[in-house]
Amino acid sequence: MAEDPESVLQLPPSAVAAGGEGLGELSPETATPEPPSAAVSPGTEEPAGDTKKKIDVLLKAVGDTPIMKTKKWAVERTRTIQGLIDFIKKFLKLVASEQLFIYVNQSFAPSPDQEVGTLYECFGSDGKLVLHYCKSQAWG
Amino acid sequence: MTDDKDVLRDVWFGRIPTCFTLYQDEITEREAEPYYLLLPRVSYLTLVTDKVKKHFQKVMRQEDISEMWFEYEGTPLKWHYPIGLLFDLLASSSALPWNIIVHFKSFPEKDLLHCPSKDAIEAHFMSCIKEADALKHKSQVINEMQKKDHKQLWMGLQNDRFDQFWAINRKLMEYPAEENGFRYIPFRIYQTTTERPFIQKLFRPVAVDGQLQTLGDLLREVCPSAVAPEDGEKKNQVMIHGIEPMLETPLQWLSEHLSYPDNFLHISVIPQPTD
Repeated sequence: MAEDPESVLQLPPSAVAAGGEGLGELSPETATPEPPSAAVSPGTEEPAGDTKKKIDVLLKAVGDTPIMKTKKWAVERTRTIQGLIDFIKKFLKLVASEQLFIYVNQSFAPSPDQEVGTLYECFGSDGKLVLHYCKSQAWG
Repeated sequence: MTDDKDVLRDVWFGRIPTCFTLYQDEITEREAEPYYLLLPRVSYLTLVTDKVKKHFQKVMRQEDISEMWFEYEGTPLKWHYPIGLLFDLLASSSALPWNIIVHFKSFPEKDLLHCPSKDAIEAHFMSCIKEADALKHKSQVINEMQKKDHKQLWMGLQNDRFDQFWAINRKLMEYPAEENGFRYIPFRIYQTTTERPFIQKLFRPVAVDGQLQTLGDLLREVCPSAVAPEDGEKKNQVMIHGIEPMLETPLQWLSEHLSYPDNFLHISVIPQPTD
């Protein structure tokens, strides 16, 4: 399928934090990583399911919102929806004032401070979290 | 025995006596008296504080006013968390009234979401309900509702109309007779001791052996630090709507009766007061 690119790219934290003031506000650096007691097991390359430090996120455009050439991204669990919104806006070269909405299950828009790791655990399937993004309110 | 349905009413009409005081560094033209209000636990700060805003703006100059925000003992208060949750999590061990500081400057961008209008609250509220129904019924119930039903849920909350809200919300609380509950229980567990926003996972109300899962079962699985070991000292309080439900309470019952209007159980885990 076209939605599965050959390579899974890392979403560098600096891509969001660099340049553009305001973007850093909710950048992953400020988010606290999961406590070491949690399921994170360092040293293992790609442990299955819950234990992975990063999760796969598939980004799909809705309506006339520009598509991203790379759709599948490895994202830190503690990254917030706002962090992701900032990243996509930067990637698509949208101006800061333009709105971007992110939807789960083509149904609800998680609040900007929600962590993608939590959404993945509740709404991920086949090892990835599918998110739709849109420049206007697409659902509800 | 009282009817369990009475619980819904008690939860809905829960109020927190609150004293709003203007932040000392705000510039006023004359002295700003504190403002007292009974806050509905199930509502949102920015939905019920128009009067607070008016009260303080009377003594301020227009140019000194930007978006209003609230703080309690140095912690900015998230408007998108229900009021009862904020109180349980941050202030439940302190004396009433709840002393909230009102700010009109220096909006804490990294801590708070902006709330430009009531529409923002409505969008957030409806999104939470949709997320909850995705967990409870794979979104079937909320999707089968009409736009006017969605509106009625929101208007019920906005206008504090219990009957209006529950006429629709009861549909979101139904489940197939052959099941013993929802697919998954929409819950969020908050702790002041971590920086993470909350714990939310998939958790079924009925175990594989058919037993009803309890609040204790949930905590032991997703937040073990919240519960004391069998013989250990109790270190935390587990609070919903200002009370500590027994850990033996079935989660399905809690979800039907103690969820907030957004259909989530918002559970606060707070250190046991020492006195």
